Amino acid sequence: MMAALRCVIHRDLLLAVRRSSDVLTVLLFFVIVASLFPLGVGPDPALLRAIAPGVIWVAALLASMLALNRMFASDHADGTLEQMLLGATPLGMTVAAKVLAHWLVSGLPLVLISPVLALQFDFPQESLWTLTLSLALGTPALSLIGAIGAALTLGLRGAGALLSLLVLPLYAPVLIIGAGAAESAVSGLGGQAQLLLLGALLVFAGAFAPWAAAVALRISSE
Amino acid sequence: MSVNWFKYSSPQTFFPLAGKLAFWFGALAFLACAAGLYIGFFRAPTDAQQGEAYRIIFIHVPAAWMSMFLYIVMAFWAGLGLAFNTRLSGMMASALAPTGALFTFLALWTGSLWGKPTWGTWWVWDARLTSELILLFLYFGFMALQAAIDDPRRADKAGAVLALVGVVNIPIIYFSVKWWNTLHQGASVSLTRAPTMAATMLAGMIVMALGFWFYSIALALMRARCIMLERERASEWAVEYARGSA
Repeated sequence: MMAALRCVIHRDLLLAVRRSSDVLTVLLFFVIVASLFPLGVGPDPALLRAIAPGVIWVAALLASMLALNRMFASDHADGTLEQMLLGATPLGMTVAAKVLAHWLVSGLPLVLISPVLALQFDFPQESLWTLTLSLALGTPALSLIGAIGAALTLGLRGAGALLSLLVLPLYAPVLIIGAGAAESAVSGLGGQAQLLLLGALLVFAGAFAPWAAAVALRISSE
Repeated sequence: MSVNWFKYSSPQTFFPLAGKLAFWFGALAFLACAAGLYIGFFRAPTDAQQGEAYRIIFIHVPAAWMSMFLYIVMAFWAGLGLAFNTRLSGMMASALAPTGALFTFLALWTGSLWGKPTWGTWWVWDARLTSELILLFLYFGFMALQAAIDDPRRADKAGAVLALVGVVNIPIIYFSVKWWNTLHQGASVSLTRAPTMAATMLAGMIVMALGFWFYSIALALMRARCIMLERERASEWAVEYARGSA
């Protein structure tokens, strides 16, 4: 079973490397959205410092949502998904592997570039770790929750807008706790409590979301 | 005596029953709402602190109760449909969603009408308001997903998965929002009402809640009847019914 999962992850990563522009688009979207906020609210450093955690988190959330469409779409189009549904590997495990691969391609780059963006917002350097760590724990949870939405909207017309309508309300707790972690790190409270909660959310989503997404995939490809 | 639990699980037998039930629950809803409004507007005393503006709670509180309760009922039917693959359960779930969304919207709207004279603002990012708003988005998501899928069986099942995921998430959303709120700002607005509530106020609220409850049942059954007719339009009983009523 582990071999099959490794195969799924390897295949998805290979596909992403061959089509690297898809990966870069999401990353650029993240950077551009975050850069638009200073243009909108003005260059006052105190204000930017105050809104930095929220802006970076919302931008990361939107970027990772933008990438969700691709999670199952190409496999659905070329019939690979049907083979996965029929295969001997439990579908929940396959979905978990796909989500992991998807996060490595679309979530991890966001996490890695976020400290640079935070510096643009005059974010205190000693709190950068907390922000990066909150994104590192939060974005996989976003990918997991998003997988349910992506599976439900597979092959529907207007899937993109519909997907955001389904997924964004469910993202609210992750956003609140994630941005809260960075914020309390800045205010000197330390973000440990929020980071622990984020970890709990990630474990919870990791346990149940692949299973729910697998059920949704079976419904979508009936 | 053995009871046939599944007698009313087929649209053909449920359709006439739903019609009768809808009528009676509708009548009860009308009576209860009339009585509740009478108690609320003519019997309940004026509040010492909030004046007459408080009277909107006779709509607001029951609507908020129903908005949350209906989501759970919807998820219950959705789960039942997913587990037992019964046709009617999915129809009930999609029949309940618009009523739930209506009550959520009513709760938000009356809340802001109440907030302006009492708090001096239409909207605060209070935990309850925010989670109610997210609940409204969840209802919209459910309805949008069902509307986007042409095949009714797939729409039922996909909606069921979403409703169940939502119902698991509602407590998480509520607590995270509550916690976020207390983290951000002190309690500038206290939602706790006067600790002792006059008995007539409570009575009015409970009668109104019963009225809303009956209204939801009646409306859901009426909508379920429409969905049944639409989906079973090829079957004999539906054709017969349409011919009879034409």
